[in-house]
Amino acid sequence: MHELSIVLGIVDIAASTVQKANAHKVDRIELEIGELAGIETDALLFAWDTAIKNTVLARAKRDIHYVPGKARCLDCGELFDMHQLYDPCPKCNNYLNEIIQGRELKVKALTVS
Amino acid sequence: MCSTCGCNQPADAVTITRIGGGIHSHAPFSALQYHLLVEEHNHNGHSHQPVTIELEQDILQKNNLLAQRNRGYFEAKRILALNLVSSPGSGKTALLERTINDLKQVMPIAVIEGDQQTTHDADRIAQTGAPVVQINTGKGCHLDSDMVLKAVRQLDPPNDSLLMIENVGNLVCPALFDLGEGGRVVIISVTEGDDKPIKYPDMFFSANLCIINKIDLLPYVPFDVEKAKSYALQVNPQLRFFEVSALHGQGMDKWYDWLKTQFAHFRDYQHIH
Repeated sequence: MHELSIVLGIVDIAASTVQKANAHKVDRIELEIGELAGIETDALLFAWDTAIKNTVLARAKRDIHYVPGKARCLDCGELFDMHQLYDPCPKCNNYLNEIIQGRELKVKALTVS
Repeated sequence: MCSTCGCNQPADAVTITRIGGGIHSHAPFSALQYHLLVEEHNHNGHSHQPVTIELEQDILQKNNLLAQRNRGYFEAKRILALNLVSSPGSGKTALLERTINDLKQVMPIAVIEGDQQTTHDADRIAQTGAPVVQINTGKGCHLDSDMVLKAVRQLDPPNDSLLMIENVGNLVCPALFDLGEGGRVVIISVTEGDDKPIKYPDMFFSANLCIINKIDLLPYVPFDVEKAKSYALQVNPQLRFFEVSALHGQGMDKWYDWLKTQFAHFRDYQHIH
């Protein structure tokens, strides 16, 4: 379950941002998670409550923006929704595709006080 | 806190051991002490009005930066580092043992072994005479670039060598963590399901090469090699395959040819092809 490593990474980023801003705690955190990022949201939420205890995120409101997967077919150029890494182009059935979005795994914004 | 279940095992439970070189005892990771930030403190010089900071920071940035540092080190020393990933029991260590024994006269090979516990795998590699460092991740389910950096410092592989990094046996978590490797090799064995590539697509998506191991058992198991390849190619159309038996040696020549070609190419161009 690498999701806990991911949450610990988020705690790390939050702690260093709070320190740099000379603040005290995080009131709100905005995350961006892509559909194709390799993260299981349920596992992440499961890890969240344990990992944020006694940290700057302990009382933070959490907003998660999910980014749908999108890819472009490298053969016919079709832009399509990709839900799995093995989804083919719906137009020409080609598997050689360039992922345009959906691999995001980001701390988008933090409100600190 | 440990990186698997959040128990109170400290992060410094990760240990790195040079086999044959004594036990390295100082804690490689300092404990996280975020609680200091929420303790009472005086408010001179700062206020607590809420401020929103647009960060746009990649959560894996820290790992990725250290991975690039490793990559730079490997390039400068012309070390081809390969990250070997698979489920537990696919035969990664057996593959390494035979490869080292057959190629050690051709190219210097050093090994980093990753397991949650024990030095069993590193002890097996040490029998081949190759320099080896064991990383024990404690409860951790994958290697990260920081562990590899520390292991490489202890291992100190020679210039113009091959570095094999055997990741923790796990087909999910290691996919996300760049170690700074020059190439990623995913291993599946025919005693697993032939639909592994689409059940665990992230690992196959990020690999350069797929080794199908234990082919000597094909007559006894329902594994369909062509089906497995076709699933893997759906995830990663550029993936290449070798079918081998690491135990008996079938098919190993093609893997060795690939290694020799990549080794020479990496020395000249700092990337594999």
